[in-house]
Amino acid sequence: MLATLNAPISENSLQVVYEYPESLSPVVTHYCPGCTHGIAHRLLAEALDELGLREKTILVAPVGCSVFAYQYFETDGCEAAHGRAPAMATGLKRVQPDKTVVTYQGDGDLVSIGAAEILHAAARGENITTIFINNAIYGMTGGQMAPTTLPGQKTTSSPFGRNTTMTGNPIRMSELLANMDGSAYIVRRSLHDVKNIRKAKKAIITALKVQMAGLGFSMVELLSSCPTNWSIQPEKALEWIEDNMVPYFPLGDYKVRDEVNGL
Amino acid sequence: MAKELLKGNVAIAEAALRAGLEAYFGYPITPQTELLEHLSKRMIQLNRVFLQAESEVASINMVYGAASAGVRTMTSSSSPGISLMQEGFSYIAASDVPCVVVDIMRGGPGLGNIQPSQGDYFQVTRSAGHGDYHPIVLAPASVQEAIDFTVLAFDLADKYRHLVMIAADGQIGQMMEPAELPPMRPIRTERPEWALTGAKGREKNIVTSLFMQPEEEEAFNQKIQARLKIIRKNEQRWYEYLTEDADLLVIGFGTAGRIAYSAVEAAREKGLKVGLLRPQTLWPFPEDRLSELADRIRGCLVVEMNAGQMIDDVRLAISGQVPVNFYGRMGGMIPMPDDILTAIEETLTRLYSAAGLPI
Repeated sequence: MLATLNAPISENSLQVVYEYPESLSPVVTHYCPGCTHGIAHRLLAEALDELGLREKTILVAPVGCSVFAYQYFETDGCEAAHGRAPAMATGLKRVQPDKTVVTYQGDGDLVSIGAAEILHAAARGENITTIFINNAIYGMTGGQMAPTTLPGQKTTSSPFGRNTTMTGNPIRMSELLANMDGSAYIVRRSLHDVKNIRKAKKAIITALKVQMAGLGFSMVELLSSCPTNWSIQPEKALEWIEDNMVPYFPLGDYKVRDEVNGL
Repeated sequence: MAKELLKGNVAIAEAALRAGLEAYFGYPITPQTELLEHLSKRMIQLNRVFLQAESEVASINMVYGAASAGVRTMTSSSSPGISLMQEGFSYIAASDVPCVVVDIMRGGPGLGNIQPSQGDYFQVTRSAGHGDYHPIVLAPASVQEAIDFTVLAFDLADKYRHLVMIAADGQIGQMMEPAELPPMRPIRTERPEWALTGAKGREKNIVTSLFMQPEEEEAFNQKIQARLKIIRKNEQRWYEYLTEDADLLVIGFGTAGRIAYSAVEAAREKGLKVGLLRPQTLWPFPEDRLSELADRIRGCLVVEMNAGQMIDDVRLAISGQVPVNFYGRMGGMIPMPDDILTAIEETLTRLYSAAGLPI
């Protein structure tokens, strides 16, 4: 065995099968162990690399755990006010339609405080791409109830479990935005296992292609884990996505305009 | 260019696009809506960006995005809408991106009414969003000044990479006057090196207002304060009338300053030694000139269309050297020249009798 490892390797026989994406900054992130933001970041970076978009992309970071996202991508980037990423992205895109503008938003940012901005961006068919991280909780502020927190789910602001008669029910944003005529591509994927991660990447590539083709608003919702604020082990957290989140937020394609299939 | 009969709101809109406005985002609100309507036609005709947003919150954040891309951008609103934009002002101020905001002030607080007011003085000069900063605030008193200050606003915004506001009351927005528009400037083709245009052949650019380390945030604040100090030194602007021998200085901005001008003229006809100082910049306030004048006047009369807001800046500049009197109307009411004249006479009487002088 040792002999084989130490044998001289000709450079021609080496093939790179996995490398650091050019669009991802070589820095340590602040994300907690087991958090799926890292996976989502990598998928977006790989997609930007594969489509050759890094040098023309502007990333709009939200307020929430991914508030520092602009530090983790080797693209131009900015940090929007809470929920306002789609509005800021609209300003950026309208004055330079040849650029690729991506918002990266969590559930508190996109579904709660920024509900108006995302709804109208979709309704206008704003030619931007949104990566929507749904982990059913407010991560950055320490685990409060989100608009996507599941019925009965315990959080630091629903300590007895989410009581839907008091708080209303979780909002399914992909289904809602798919109803907007301006939406071109709206899908929900999950990051809980390899198979689904691969599907997620494919969807992100399609969403970016939709923007490149100028077809309108595109969004990929990614069911994600938050082991820290769910107070469970990272591996269990992935199971929790599959067992609890997927049944409430079914995976699938909610809007795929005909032209998208030709991309 | 020849003078035309122009409505204030339309004049500001046309002046902005002639100054090189590339992208406008706004939301309808009386009494500024003609501004948005004019641009909805003209910007599209000129193949520039016009977008009616879903709210003032969205408008200002769209402006934030366009400003981050390094283009000349603007929004306009009136008092309640300006309140909604305050979050955006603060982020813009904390990101060093230039833009122009027009506030055609109306009666308040609350929904108030749609009549002219100057009730936003504190809001625009002091509290245009959370945190430590001031926008540059220009206060026109005529349609011509509104035009000139609009062009100036874009130049100052770019010069200092700063938020510039035009604070005009509804009277300026709604009134028609003969005025001359500036020539059409070409749109800038070059973008500033800090702009978000894609990291092609350069390091990535970042626009952010987030500094998690307090040392970093303090250093950034010091940078803002250093810039404000320069602006305070360079950009104090005012209009002055018959101050040379004045015993009483009347101070008012915008429409109140303009009506005070008529009152000062009437007082002079009666042989009263009265002059006028009309601040054209509310921030920076023309404190240096006022402080100079305080050495040779006996007192001040501040006239505002609010409960007395600019009077704080007057008191700070005068620093107790002379008494300061106030006359104001609120809630969309406009002072009459005769009422200001009466206030002038009363103030002078009090000042002369306090000094033991004949009236």
